[in-house]
Amino acid sequence: MRRVGLAASAVIACVAVAMYQYFNGSRWSQEERSLIASMSLSALPTLPPDPSNRVADMPQAVALGEDLFFDLRMSVDGKTGCVTCHSPDQAFQDGLSHDVGKGIGLRRTMPIRGSAYSPWLLWDGRADSQWAQALGPIENPLEHGSDRIAAVRLVAEHYAEPYADLFGLVPDIADLPARGSPLLSGVQEANWAALAQQTQTEINLTFANIGKAIAAYERTLLPERSRFDDYADALAVGAPADDILTDGELDGLALFIGEGQCVTCHRGPRLTDDAFHNTGVSGIANQPLDQGRTLAISLAKDSPFNCLGEFSDAAKEDCLELRFIRDSHDMLRAFRTPTLRAVAQRPPYMHAGQIKSLERAIMHYLIAPTAPAGYSELQRTGLQPNDIPALAEFLRSLDPIQGRIFP
Amino acid sequence: MAQTPHKRRWLRWFLIGMPVLLAVVFIGLRMMFAVPDGLDLADQKATDAGLYQVSLTPNAGETTVGPIQQWTIFVMTPEGTPIDGATVGIDGGMPQHGHGMPTTPQVTDDLGNGGYLVEGMKFSMGGWWTMKVTVDGPQGLDAVTFNIVL
Repeated sequence: MRRVGLAASAVIACVAVAMYQYFNGSRWSQEERSLIASMSLSALPTLPPDPSNRVADMPQAVALGEDLFFDLRMSVDGKTGCVTCHSPDQAFQDGLSHDVGKGIGLRRTMPIRGSAYSPWLLWDGRADSQWAQALGPIENPLEHGSDRIAAVRLVAEHYAEPYADLFGLVPDIADLPARGSPLLSGVQEANWAALAQQTQTEINLTFANIGKAIAAYERTLLPERSRFDDYADALAVGAPADDILTDGELDGLALFIGEGQCVTCHRGPRLTDDAFHNTGVSGIANQPLDQGRTLAISLAKDSPFNCLGEFSDAAKEDCLELRFIRDSHDMLRAFRTPTLRAVAQRPPYMHAGQIKSLERAIMHYLIAPTAPAGYSELQRTGLQPNDIPALAEFLRSLDPIQGRIFP
Repeated sequence: MAQTPHKRRWLRWFLIGMPVLLAVVFIGLRMMFAVPDGLDLADQKATDAGLYQVSLTPNAGETTVGPIQQWTIFVMTPEGTPIDGATVGIDGGMPQHGHGMPTTPQVTDDLGNGGYLVEGMKFSMGGWWTMKVTVDGPQGLDAVTFNIVL
């Protein structure tokens, strides 16, 4: 009988220790602790170089790029710039379900912070660098509505000196038409076709350099620290962490790395795997179904502004993502996993803002609906509707703490 | 020390029940990320029809989620003699997620001594991956599938 009594005492002691650890911030297993540490901004590696952009880390390029980013003259009517959709006051996005420039675009604006870490840009990854991405909207009739000749003229007229310091002389614009691009139609296409090939190459080179300057500025926009990072760092070193996150936020974190399996794709310090997934997000009524990554693969491979193109500064060995790009039918309606940093500040959600609130976005993963085309990778997890508030609370703990920018 | 049989029964159930309950909870949680039991994780295997021995190894020694990596495939006869000049292909995916690799890995160099350089290997998430290696060599076409758990 004494043996039974001793065993009972031992079990009770174990339970007591477990409860003490649980309530003392040690509710995590070793595996969970390392997962939490891996999600902290402190685990963010040094910004990888962009070999395709030789001015990427030059302060003069950052300054020129910042001026260009905020310059509304970079549009057909002087009313639209990069800043129009990527507002610094709104986590460098616009809070709209579709980007709105000269017209209404097909997808939602993505946030910029931390995008220098992504091998692919945009929802479908049709650009393989920040500078290649920056060039697209300038010539998109629904966004800036401008074109490469107009952009080169703007730089020649207003930024000749800082441009020349970085890249050498700007092309002579005296004989250039006002507008022109090989991607557009009508007079712009005709103007472009009338140019000598060498002039076209000069324009393209200058246009690429405009993108590289803008990218140099965008590289400086890094993810911002959140209360979650403070918690993860305190937990990692055994410092008092109990007051940093609320019980609800901690419950949400446990679901995020546990039952919800959110961390499978939203992993690492930026909370993204930089990969493309079909998660069964619905289409938009009365619009053709967005093919996602499927159509972007050839766009990325054929772009003259990609890593392997003549305007890139990279060697072939630097272009692994492009050289080994996945060209496959299983990418139908796959979209890039967005970062969850500052996610609560960025409704509406999904690639075309289909879901209006954070709670509804979480509900999408509970339901795991059938994809409107292709196959959804989502499988139902053990998540229940009652788990949604805690998960949403945790996601709100990823909001930036004002004035504390990494590092 | 007289205890009633009732009390003793309670204690016995408690002592047996607690570990069982904890084990059930633990196993249940583990199953959320379930990689099937008994996966053959060997990195050297005979091909399906037994025509070749094939090994598949990361050049960095270890596999990680995220960066693009180089791997090396060695192709040998069943007796272990290296085979050069074979046409070797590789592709993979995640059976539980229904998707392929985020890249298209390719054999880019015949290294000699039965070695073939694979470039463009990338794993976008942890879990169970399968990698299928096809070999078209002197004995004909054969294939083998490796399991990788990250």
